[in-house]
Amino acid sequence: MTILVIVEHDNKTILPATLNTITAAAALLEPIEALIFGNELEDVAKQASTIASITKVLSANSEEYAHNLAENIAPLIQKIASDYSHIFAPATTFGKNIMPRVAALLDMMQISDIIEVISSDTFKRPIYAGNALATVKSSDPIKLITVRSTAFDMADLNGGSASIETITASGDSGLSEFKSSELSGSERPELTSAGIIISGGRGMQDGANFAMLENIADKLGAAVGASRAAVDAGFAPNDYQVGQTGKVVAPDLYMAVGISGAIQHLAGMKDSKVIVAINKDEEAPIFQVADYGLVADLFDAVPELENKLS
Amino acid sequence: MKIMVPVKRVIDYNVKVRVKQDQSGVELNNVKMAMNPFDEIAVEQALRIKEAGDADEIILVSIGPSQSQETIRTGLAMGADRGIFIEAPHETEPLSVAKLLANIAKQENPGLIICGKQAIDDDSNQTGQMMSALLGWSQATFASAVSLSANTALVTREIDGGLETISVKMPAVITVDLRLNEPRYASLPNIMKAKKKPIDVISIDTLGVDITPRLSVLKVEEPETRKAGIKVGSVEELLTKLQDEAKVI
Ligand SMILES: Cc1cc2nc3c(=O)[nH]c(=O)nc-3n(C[C@H](O)[C@H](O)[C@H](O)COP(=O)(O)OP(=O)(O)OC[C@H]3O[C@@H](n4cnc5c(N)ncnc54)[C@H](O)[C@@H]3O)c2cc1C
Ligand SMILES: Nc1ncnc2c1ncn2[C@@H]1O[C@H](COP(=O)(O)O)[C@@H](O)[C@H]1O
Repeated sequence: MTILVIVEHDNKTILPATLNTITAAAALLEPIEALIFGNELEDVAKQASTIASITKVLSANSEEYAHNLAENIAPLIQKIASDYSHIFAPATTFGKNIMPRVAALLDMMQISDIIEVISSDTFKRPIYAGNALATVKSSDPIKLITVRSTAFDMADLNGGSASIETITASGDSGLSEFKSSELSGSERPELTSAGIIISGGRGMQDGANFAMLENIADKLGAAVGASRAAVDAGFAPNDYQVGQTGKVVAPDLYMAVGISGAIQHLAGMKDSKVIVAINKDEEAPIFQVADYGLVADLFDAVPELENKLS
Repeated sequence: MKIMVPVKRVIDYNVKVRVKQDQSGVELNNVKMAMNPFDEIAVEQALRIKEAGDADEIILVSIGPSQSQETIRTGLAMGADRGIFIEAPHETEPLSVAKLLANIAKQENPGLIICGKQAIDDDSNQTGQMMSALLGWSQATFASAVSLSANTALVTREIDGGLETISVKMPAVITVDLRLNEPRYASLPNIMKAKKKPIDVISIDTLGVDITPRLSVLKVEEPETRKAGIKVGSVEELLTKLQDEAKVI
């Protein structure tokens, strides 16, 4: 048995969710190889080779992989899949886009968003926005798995010295083409790996008011998140959204400000270690999951919080 | 051009889901069901494309228990033209659904398949990508904007770091995200009209697809519930608790 982990990177570093994915794969105690594709791979291939549990790094360097187009990448993974018992990828938009395409090409059923490895064929995954947990056993010869990063620790980037092997590219499908991207590129920590998150909801009333949360975030080294209502209203960019259909986070501290606590929002943050809610409505469902609830007008409480943190 | 929209019947998103005592699944009896919210957005997008003159027929397809025909009916009342219903003897996995839908697509030859990015029951987020692979088509997942030209679709996608725009050749599979549009409500006259729109019932046996599940569900359990916390009286007290008790700042 050998396991393949699909690496997500930004040409400079391996992205954190891949490190959580490696920890999930390592639970099976089998050799793990890492597949890296793109068109600027030197730094990331070296980085992958330093991870203790990685025994080999496969690097596919070619123009057609520059933008992670699933139509180009799925055939590459399909070509090498038979060497592996398991293929793991992070359940990020990158992994969710590519892996089902690979699964269908291989005629295998993917196991999405696992939160626990029970044995080599049995895994636990949330369904119904995390209101139920299903334990599923796969009968497929190769298990294709995406991993919920918050459920596993990050693998260390040291202690390993894997070999790096170049593999040949599979060509351009000609089906789709990258045009442009608009990345938020904030200086703050990434939502999914931040230790502290402060999120705003519809109660923030205005995008400009998010500056209050940003100031607090900067004092605490925190990331800023949002509810869907806040994103839909244009208060915050889409990649701030926490929840069933946004990002799933589990920081040490999650502060929900002006967020009511709909099940779809709770689905994305209820595994946080400590939850704080600031809401003027004492009946708001967010208080049912909050360790510390403050019933207050956020326009009083948040500026006071900011002052007291200085 | 035809547009095909797969629609799934799921537990209404407002319902608090309950796990069955025997851990075999979640309680579906006497629970309000509805069209998967993402699929409503997919239907709406298809309607807008048709209204812009870029499509002439919208076909809804649903696989599931016989009540799934009500879900098709809901989409017909929004304005879609006809439905195809495939009755499934048991719950179907995304791989089986994708195979069945790909089969229908080969018969109908749509220029676009627009589907939800995920069903809010299984939260799989797989079917669209799988269908696209099986058909050898292009895919544009998590769409928050779509514009069509002669043979291509320009799609803005919601990705973890922000937004990305790609151009895909048609025929294509597009999976939709929440911000693509606001689905319309069906008007009473349209609900009446929808009763007369055709729904073809296709027997699963005629499609030659093995729908035996690859995953067996060993158990379904409730997640651990958080123990109720406390209310603090002031910002001061909140900070003290976070520093001295929880030790998180
Ligand atoms: C398929 C589907 C998927 C979804 N996915 C997500 C998801 O991923 N993430 C997500 O967040 N939502 C999601 N939603 C939406 C979700 O159902 C809720 O509509 C949304 O979370 C509400 O956001 P909110 O709490 O900011 O707004 P509201 O529910 O409007 O709550 C605003 C809160 O702010 C409080 N407030 C107002 N003014 C003040 C003030 N001055 N001071 C203090 N408090 C104040 C109010 O008391 C209220 O509790 C999804 C919905 C569907 C159907
Ligand atoms: N049984 C089904 N019938 C029709 N469409 C479905 C069915 N299952 C999934 N789909 C479509 O595939 C999308 C993604 O579902 P999933 O991969 O299960 O998360 C849904 O939003 C629907 O558009």
